[in-house]
Amino acid sequence: MKFDRAARRKVFSNGMTVLTGLSIVAIMVPLVAVIYQVVSLGGPVFNVALFTQGIPYPCTPHPGVTCHQGGLVVPIEGTLLLMGLSALFSVPIGVGAAIFAVEFGGERRSARIIGLVADVLSGVPSIVVGAFVYALLVIYYPSIVFSTLSGSFALAVIMVPIVTRTCEEALRTVPNSVREAALALGISRWKVTLRIVLVSALPGIVTGILLSVARATGEAAPLLILLGNGCEHPLQGITQEGCALPLWIYEGATSPDQNLIALAWGAALLLLVLILVLSVVSRMTLDRMARRMRGE
Amino acid sequence: MSLRNPFRSPSSRGTPRVSRWGDRIFLILTLLATAAVAALMVALVVVLVYGSRATIQAYGFSFLTNRVWNPESNIYTIVPFAVGTLVTSAIALLIAIPLGIGAAIFLTQQAPGWLRAPVGQLIELLAAIPSIVYGFWGLIVIVPIMRDDVEPVLARYLGWTGLFGGNPIGLDVLTASLVLSVMAIPTITAISRDSIAAVPRSQKEAALSIGATDWEVTRRAVLPYARSGIIAGIVLGLGRALGETMAVTLVIGNNNVLPTSLFSQGQTIASLIANDFFEAASPNEVPALLEAALILLLITLAINLGARFILARFQAGRGVGAE
Repeated sequence: MKFDRAARRKVFSNGMTVLTGLSIVAIMVPLVAVIYQVVSLGGPVFNVALFTQGIPYPCTPHPGVTCHQGGLVVPIEGTLLLMGLSALFSVPIGVGAAIFAVEFGGERRSARIIGLVADVLSGVPSIVVGAFVYALLVIYYPSIVFSTLSGSFALAVIMVPIVTRTCEEALRTVPNSVREAALALGISRWKVTLRIVLVSALPGIVTGILLSVARATGEAAPLLILLGNGCEHPLQGITQEGCALPLWIYEGATSPDQNLIALAWGAALLLLVLILVLSVVSRMTLDRMARRMRGE
Repeated sequence: MSLRNPFRSPSSRGTPRVSRWGDRIFLILTLLATAAVAALMVALVVVLVYGSRATIQAYGFSFLTNRVWNPESNIYTIVPFAVGTLVTSAIALLIAIPLGIGAAIFLTQQAPGWLRAPVGQLIELLAAIPSIVYGFWGLIVIVPIMRDDVEPVLARYLGWTGLFGGNPIGLDVLTASLVLSVMAIPTITAISRDSIAAVPRSQKEAALSIGATDWEVTRRAVLPYARSGIIAGIVLGLGRALGETMAVTLVIGNNNVLPTSLFSQGQTIASLIANDFFEAASPNEVPALLEAALILLLITLAINLGARFILARFQAGRGVGAE
């Protein structure tokens, strides 16, 4: 009897191990399926034309008609512009708030509140951020509501909490002895912070910025509200209607035309590659920092 | 006078006052950045309230109780979309919770050491794929599978429950829930994994020493200890699912009525805003959409604050327990 019970417990335990292992497999299925789909359908349009031509005339091939593949010049330009502008707006605010929290706040309540606000902000759905930017701009600057600029405001709002949080963590890794040694030499506080603390924490800060850029680059929801219809013609400037890769994926995915759908897969592949490169570079930066800290 | 406490004097707070003006300007600049972050939080609520004042005044509570959304007749409500949001998120969690926690248990307890880091990175990759790509994949791959293979079977064997009524076309609440679960899993797995990994060895060793099997160790010694961390992960996953937009918009069918079954074409709050905002033409439609955004914001704020509260209590509790 006793042996039976022990054997049953053992079998049950092994069964649960198998089940938990299977849940890992189940989680990996969508990952593999998505990547396979994007590479196999985006691969065929991944050629020079993709980077040199504009969005083609909508067309579905049938006998006697050959369709133009077209390219993604406009969405690529739009995405690069959005990345640059949103980083320009969000990095000073995020880094500034992190410096205040770590260098001036210390363990005080104000420092913890900034962390909490950043955490809560990062949980705000991106579509709500889009609606917010619309509602704000429509009061004061109705002329730029639908533009690359307003889209970059929304992405900046999404990036600020990520930059703040990661930068805060990076600054906290700088040992206090470094600050004290510099201050003891009579260097003023702002120079210590900018020239010594910030420089030591730089790899961590760069990682945080890259991660936030990667996150914002894939965002389509706020752009759906804010960018307008700028994909069909060359970009007109940041206060005009714009285009971006994720937005173009949406437009291609919902279109009935074969060549636009194919191009949307190309955009999806390009977007994945871009995000992958950003995260790999950020990871390498972190590794280099870790090595340097070990003194290699 | 001469016996001043050196620790009270201004110069001994670690700052030799060489350049007071530089320090002051620097402090003010970083303070401004901090104020901007805090102001952003407040502005989100205030601006959305201001933008939706027309519908808040015109409809009041009927916005929360009325069941019809019809811009042509100037009738607005949140109900069908709130129901769509809650149902899709609930089903998504039903799928994501066992898989996410199971994966976290396997990664921390059973998986060989060399497997842990790469699989952990793959799960991070899962979280890094943009939701629009999941939505596109869902639309092209999952929708036909649901329409042709899964939903007819469900309708045949479980149709009597009433949950699977209507014509299965694949673009529906069920498919949206499925795609949403994929997006909630990385959050739940990552946070559960971290909190399970933080369980002290002594907990496991004590259970092992009285002859517990692997599963009994996990079930009786590890999981109870990591409980609040796992709950916080689930709540954060819920927050992610509630606000998810692009993946849902592409597969839910975009019909602005109350769903009657899991095969109904529906709409969540987020997908409603994404779909109707740019083309909103009727008077009060934009304010109604902004009010919907406000409600979604308040829901996600409450959920995130709740999760942070659970996590903070968990960390505080662990600090005491570690003594």
